[in-house]
Amino acid sequence: MTQIIPLSWYLAVSMLLFSMGALGVLIRRNPLIIFMSIELMLNAANLAFVAFARSFGVPTGQIFVFFVMTVSAAEVAVGLALIIIIFRNKHSIDVDLMNSLKG
Amino acid sequence: MDYTLILFIILAAVAVASAAGLLVSRNTVYAALFLVLNFATVAVFYLLLGAPFIALAQVTIYAGAIMVLFLFVIMLLGADKLPKAKGLPWQRPLAIVLAAVLLVEAGFLLFQRLQLTANLASPEASINTTEALQSLAKTLFSQYLLPFEVTSVLLLVAMIGVIVLTKKEKGEQEA
Repeated sequence: MTQIIPLSWYLAVSMLLFSMGALGVLIRRNPLIIFMSIELMLNAANLAFVAFARSFGVPTGQIFVFFVMTVSAAEVAVGLALIIIIFRNKHSIDVDLMNSLKG
Repeated sequence: MDYTLILFIILAAVAVASAAGLLVSRNTVYAALFLVLNFATVAVFYLLLGAPFIALAQVTIYAGAIMVLFLFVIMLLGADKLPKAKGLPWQRPLAIVLAAVLLVEAGFLLFQRLQLTANLASPEASINTTEALQSLAKTLFSQYLLPFEVTSVLLLVAMIGVIVLTKKEKGEQEA
């Protein structure tokens, strides 16, 4: 298989996905969707990692993707548990209601 | 025109469209399904890039485990149709402007260094998948052995943390 797709195209896709994830974090008020947008951003970073690993010809980028996946799995487990506790206490998960620390 | 180019363009379109679907969908379950589609397309990108291990890990960990956890919580909380909240009026336009600034900034950096990345983007014509997998495994279990072991401790800590967080206290009444 010939490699005819330049690295910059992969980086452009990764860039677009990352920006859309950042936009999702900023415009949505449902914490579950904010969480999903964070996953989207992590995924975009992973894509850039793998693209660079391929173009440099070293496996280190793929190893970092492996670690990012592990950390994001742990993060999702803890984050969703926190969302469940907040729902139990406040009976809603709207992020605008999380203002108990506001002075 | 090579088939990889056509495949790349279709995949990129699907990836961006599913990310847009995640941003605009009202129903949380639909958003989660859009995200699954996005993860699947990114997994095919990994296959195109000659990283079959990462592609399969992507499908099993992200599209499998993580998204099932998400769907489980969505259905547990009944959060698929939240009432539309009244938010700050300037939040949406400001967010769109900030995201556009981020995109333009990243695009500027990318095109400024296009020459550099073009030089990098000429790897060997064909990649031996078996050899690549072997070198990945060798690097992971020699040079990165300690971080690999630390991730297992991280997962254990996360598991214990989740159990402690969601456990009901003894005196607490049933909700």
